[in-house]
Amino acid sequence: MSNVVDMRAQLASAALPSPVLTASGCAAAGRELDRFFDVTAIGAVVTKSIMASPRSGRPTPRMAETPAGMLNSIGLQGPGVEEFIRKDLRWLRERGARTVVSIAGGSVNEFAELANRLRHEEGISAIEVNISCPNVESRGQVFACDARAAGSVIHAVRRHTSALTPIFAKLSPDVTDIADIARACVTAGADGLSMINTTLGMVIDTDTMRPALAGITGGLSGPAIRPMAVRCVWQVRQALPEVPILGMGGIATGLDALQFLLAGANAVSVGTAVFNDPSAPWRIHNELAAALADRGFRSVADAVGYAHREEVTI
Amino acid sequence: MSMMGRGSKADVGPLQVRGEVLAVRRSGDYHVLVFAAPGVAELTAPGNFVAIAVGGQPTAMLLRRCFSIHHVDTAGALGGTVEIVVDAHGPGTKWLVDRVQGDALDVIAPLGRPFSLPKDPVPCVLVGGGYGSAPLFMLADRLRERGCRVDMILGAATESRLFGVVDGRRRASTLTITTDDGSLGTRGRVTDVLGGILDQHGGQVIYGCGPMGMLAGLAEVASQRGIVSQCAVEEAMACGVGVCMTCVLPVVGSDGVTRMTRSCTDGPVFFGDQVRWDEVGTVPADCLGAPVVEGGAGTR
Ligand SMILES: Cc1cc2nc3c(=O)[nH]c(=O)nc-3n(C[C@H](O)[C@H](O)[C@H](O)COP(=O)(O)OP(=O)(O)OC[C@H]3O[C@@H](n4cnc5c(N)ncnc54)[C@H](O)[C@@H]3O)c2cc1C
Ligand SMILES: Cc1cc2nc3c(=O)[nH]c(=O)nc-3n(C[C@H](O)[C@H](O)[C@H](O)COP(=O)(O)O)c2cc1C
Ligand code: FES
Repeated sequence: MSNVVDMRAQLASAALPSPVLTASGCAAAGRELDRFFDVTAIGAVVTKSIMASPRSGRPTPRMAETPAGMLNSIGLQGPGVEEFIRKDLRWLRERGARTVVSIAGGSVNEFAELANRLRHEEGISAIEVNISCPNVESRGQVFACDARAAGSVIHAVRRHTSALTPIFAKLSPDVTDIADIARACVTAGADGLSMINTTLGMVIDTDTMRPALAGITGGLSGPAIRPMAVRCVWQVRQALPEVPILGMGGIATGLDALQFLLAGANAVSVGTAVFNDPSAPWRIHNELAAALADRGFRSVADAVGYAHREEVTI
Repeated sequence: MSMMGRGSKADVGPLQVRGEVLAVRRSGDYHVLVFAAPGVAELTAPGNFVAIAVGGQPTAMLLRRCFSIHHVDTAGALGGTVEIVVDAHGPGTKWLVDRVQGDALDVIAPLGRPFSLPKDPVPCVLVGGGYGSAPLFMLADRLRERGCRVDMILGAATESRLFGVVDGRRRASTLTITTDDGSLGTRGRVTDVLGGILDQHGGQVIYGCGPMGMLAGLAEVASQRGIVSQCAVEEAMACGVGVCMTCVLPVVGSDGVTRMTRSCTDGPVFFGDQVRWDEVGTVPADCLGAPVVEGGAGTR
């Protein structure tokens, strides 16, 4: 009886068979999750942010559970871009999964170098630029919290990336006006925007009476931040109605994903929920399909931004 | 001492299954949780662990809790059963031990790399600290099937925090007990009696599971004697399946390079001489990708 919903999603020039993707840092490079669901069936695998060189990350403890969420302080542990290309990207390509490569750097140059290195690699659907990292050239000020710094990173990445590969700037919610940063990124050449990254938090261990994380502060994620994420998507959709948005933050069910589409996201990433349920991305794809059908939508595209309708129609 | 590859059937597992609680019984300060988990028993090797969702759905407790697999029974009810030993202290473990027969459990298992077994039938000493003894009884069975002599040492702060004394007596050629307060067995630590047991029975491999400090001690004794040790570590894990990088510790690879290594997929069992025990909780300066300047690490 239920009508079949067209689940295809479009992120700038990247056409995806599903609007559900993984989130950077919550799916490694897809291989481990492929044991729980078919990673070629979802929209794309968004890989852990990769840097130019191998990186050890921070000391442990790196996580603390919080109400309906968690704090993490991984410190971008990774093998560096060369090994990433040799092993992870190759596996994803051979497996036939669509891949969004997330890149992170400590300077504008490192971002440019990464973009340049990835430029001729095949099998990259899009590049997500994780600008929520500290700028070593500006006393550790986070790129994503400064419109000019964010713009310079995006400009550099755009210049070193083929025009056929869309780049998405990943925004931090820890700013006064997220639409300001979004505008700066789009002006600098971002084809789309990913939001939100984690928001900074802290837990004190009441037994040791010290911060629970070795990194002292950490990024808060999970359902606890969902309302904040939906608000960010809403505000940016309103400010920049034509710019594609990859929405994320606490999505654990199909109805959560639907909220993001209605608020204006063209597709969604599922992050922390994977830790609770490793097959969450595919489950959420199916739940979302059913939720769209129940509401009479014929396609994902029809639902995008639908909650804004009082303002866009008569 | 030459060791076999791990007995894992990693290509098949892990499974994500709906389990069903069959029984919860007390054992000293701990609870033994018995549940049906279709298909898991066949895939399990000693040292594997389970990750169980807690709190019911929807829950404010997002992260699964991990437990060593204590015992499996392929012939059991409902497609095979699994037993774990739970030390209930926080909200997740308390929720688990409050389950009653018939309750559903969301289970992922078997996870992690299990203990490697020796190629030859050499004597082995198995050392458990507190509930850390949980996986050692299955291991003792596998070793004895291969003709290995098994001696066991169980240690804890006090008698009620020992686990498996009766089981150990049945399976091991000798069982030695230590408690910090002397309430049962020898007063002191497992490492106080380990040397004597090795001298007496000629142990060639030490297997250990328990607190980090104890494992560090076992690895030290093994390296002094030039024998093999295998230690199952317990690091806080967010995902248990290898995707989050929270569960790392500094481990030296076969290439001599130290990496921050995931204990959920590359462990929880490591050779004792691979782990840089004194530096667990830190990033050693010579670790691959260690920050060049203090505070240079990025966020998120
Ligand atoms: C491989 C492995 C095997 C384990 N085997 C056993 C076992 O056989 N029996 C047993 O009782 N316990 C075992 N543990 C520890 C058990 O997972 C924790 O005690 C439990 O997660 C604590 O949950 P909680 O909600 O009660 O406590 P809380 O302290 O409230 O837990 C909060 C968060 O911290 C994490 N956490 C806290 N302490 C630990 C810890 N020691 N290890 C890992 N994560 C922790 C939890 O997963 C949770 O996300 C094992 C852990 C690992 C990693
Ligand atoms: C353990 C962990 C690691 C993460 N690593 C990265 C990362 O490397 N790069 C990045 O852009 N975001 C990273 N994130 C943020 C997520 O991609 C996502 O933006 C955020 O967690 C909100 O979504 P969620 O609530 O669904 O997890 C990480 C999140 C977690 C929990
Ligand atoms: S617990 Fe997530 S990688 Fe080990």
